[in-house]
Amino acid sequence: MHAQSLQAILDAGQPVAAHRPWPRFVVTPDIWNTLIEGLADSAWTLLGLWGELGLVHLAVHEEGSGMLGVASLPCPAGCFPSVGRRHPPAQRLERTIADLVGLQPVDAPDIRPWLDHGRWPVRYPLGAATAPTTTMPPYRFLAVEGESLHQIPVGPVHAGIIEPGHFRFTANGEAVARLEQRLGYVHKGIESLLNGATLERAARLVGRVSGDSTVAYALAFARAAEAATETEVPARAHWLRALMAELERLANHCGDIGAICNDAAFALMLAHCAVLREQILRASAAGFGHRLLMDRVVPGGVAADLSVEGVSVLQSLVAEIRRQFPALVTLYDNTASLQDRTAKTGFVKPTLIRQFGCGGYVGRAGGRAFDARRTLGYPPYDVLKFEIPLRTDSDVNGRVWLRICEVEQSLSLIEQILQKLPSGPVRVALKTPGQPCESLALVEGFRGDILLWLRLNGDGTVARCHPRDPSWFQWPLLEAAIEGNIVADFPLCNKSFNGSYSGHDL
Amino acid sequence: MALMHDHLMQGGQMLLLLLLAPLLTGWVRTLKAQLLRRRGPSLLQPYRDLLKLLRKEVVLADSASWLFRVAPYLIFAAIWVAAALVPTFASSLPFSWSADLIAIVALLGTARFFLALAGLDVGTSFGGIGASREMMIASLAEPAMLMLVFTLSLLAGTTELSAVARFMLTADVGLRVSLALALLALIMVAIAENARIPVDNPATHLELTMVHEAMVLEYSGRHLALIELAASLKLLLYLSLLGCIFVPWGMTTAGEEATAYLLGVAAYLAKLGLGGLLLALFETSIAKMRVFRVDQFLSAALMLGLLGALLLFVSRSL
Repeated sequence: MHAQSLQAILDAGQPVAAHRPWPRFVVTPDIWNTLIEGLADSAWTLLGLWGELGLVHLAVHEEGSGMLGVASLPCPAGCFPSVGRRHPPAQRLERTIADLVGLQPVDAPDIRPWLDHGRWPVRYPLGAATAPTTTMPPYRFLAVEGESLHQIPVGPVHAGIIEPGHFRFTANGEAVARLEQRLGYVHKGIESLLNGATLERAARLVGRVSGDSTVAYALAFARAAEAATETEVPARAHWLRALMAELERLANHCGDIGAICNDAAFALMLAHCAVLREQILRASAAGFGHRLLMDRVVPGGVAADLSVEGVSVLQSLVAEIRRQFPALVTLYDNTASLQDRTAKTGFVKPTLIRQFGCGGYVGRAGGRAFDARRTLGYPPYDVLKFEIPLRTDSDVNGRVWLRICEVEQSLSLIEQILQKLPSGPVRVALKTPGQPCESLALVEGFRGDILLWLRLNGDGTVARCHPRDPSWFQWPLLEAAIEGNIVADFPLCNKSFNGSYSGHDL
Repeated sequence: MALMHDHLMQGGQMLLLLLLAPLLTGWVRTLKAQLLRRRGPSLLQPYRDLLKLLRKEVVLADSASWLFRVAPYLIFAAIWVAAALVPTFASSLPFSWSADLIAIVALLGTARFFLALAGLDVGTSFGGIGASREMMIASLAEPAMLMLVFTLSLLAGTTELSAVARFMLTADVGLRVSLALALLALIMVAIAENARIPVDNPATHLELTMVHEAMVLEYSGRHLALIELAASLKLLLYLSLLGCIFVPWGMTTAGEEATAYLLGVAAYLAKLGLGGLLLALFETSIAKMRVFRVDQFLSAALMLGLLGALLLFVSRSL
């Protein structure tokens, strides 16, 4: 354990006014370095690292005390002490800061560009935003040396209809010696678009960062906007948000459990799970008017109230899934040929999971018991009964089973919410802040914890918003998971992670 | 007159195979879709796909040599001839004397050789992966196939297929352990050779897991049409082979009436339909195996073939 608590270290810095609900401190390079040492010693977990003109921000979470805080280091010289030098999970985030803002990490082990492939009309879009003057040199993949090794480049255009990403395998026959990812092909410049946007437009934009997690993203943004403006949301809105979040989790888990099995050519599971997912989407449309529940969670509450008929549709949905799902679990468990593919495949070391602060099913299948719904206990999860499933096998089979358990938990949560749903209004107008204010939100999406940092101008428009997808800390672990596996097992490992390209590339 | 009649029959059978092959593929696909509670494409979809591909322009990789362009024709020709050698509805056709099991194995080997070369020719990594996996499969599937050919020839005293079929139709075959082992081995080899689940997945979009599809990834237009048709013919060939050796009933022999031929065709179609149904059921109920389990799977086929042959050395009545 680190000698000093996170609180004590941060307190040495300059607290920033109007940063809610957790504090932010402007720190000196000394404090910054102490924080890095703490990260490297696993005293606390890295939640996010992002930049803006002349400033880098580091969000950390101390598990023991539950303390969550942001440290901001001014960078007058355009550079900051590298976090990735001592704490590898920060490396890609630093490379992104260098690409987007132009702040350089000093002594960083890896200074290759990450999101910027040299094809944008602008350099440092969140910083100086100048036109590119030089062409970027070709990307250098890490060297792998040894006899009879060969490279297999896969993507960014794949044979199936999936998102683009490049995977560079170095293999010895079938055995993978190294996998290196290259992402950034779906960079949409969302952070630039958010600058100066009204809250309404910003909420829509954030809801489109990663389409499969639209509720979770919209929830993160709404919670941040409400915290910044100190707006109290009606109780019914909190409950309806949780209901939507669980429906989203349920739909994604059902779809993905089938898709993982399909990657082992077991199409039967996919066919049945796709039917389940479709039922969930239709019930969502009946209850809230949108199959994926896009733009239903808005700052100030929710955009659609649930009618009495909606409640009964969702109740029969839960009953229907409870009827069908156990048979599918039995099918999965009893198909030996399928178990042969998933068990012991794509093992991730639990030490790596803890080091990377990896959340979601990848983290919990490897023994890291972090779930923002429980750890932070935001409403209404503080009064709902649910368990956080935990496993230690950390392979493809473990991740599938973890999601099966989470489906059961989500069903129980939906039932509880439908039973106890308070009545009343579902939306209030946001207060106009009057002066600049900031906030941080952390919510649990189906994939893991989504961090969102927000700064509002006095007129209520967005000054800067940074959403951090859970995939940032999952993609690097996929590189580790495939080591020692064979090339043909990669799709199975990849699908069991199901990282978001869109959320990562932003 | 008789000569002409025979040649007509032979030509008719070759055309019949060509016309039937896409239908069999469509039949298996439709059944698989319906087992997954999907409606599935029409039975005629493979024909439409072939027509579409034939009309499309061929896109060639810059690195493709003449071999890449010639290979589809060679592969198609070799597999078509091999398929034509298998007695389908009649056991006495003019090519019967050449309908040798070893010749069929050799023709299929030739087709495979050119397909693997074509996969390597364009120099993409997927072609290489596919070719190397295909060769790993072939190195075990071909000996297994030859072992079961030996088993059959020890029993029937010949490797000529129509003679084997006629022998199987006689009453003194009876139930034999060696034949059961040969049947199992042939089914396992057929699954591997036709790139079916659990060895390969003909419907996958995951380029890293492909075997057959990885080799043909660079093909387009009429080249792809020929390769697809060849793959359909190969499936038909193996089902016909299983039918002709292990369920030869209904097959017409020399000098029978025209109605007997019609009956033979009907029996043949029924066998194909049943074979397709069993294949679809099997493929739906099992996941694909790890690449490195394929050698264990095919080693088992090889051992079964070997055991069948050995049993016959112990006693001709086994």
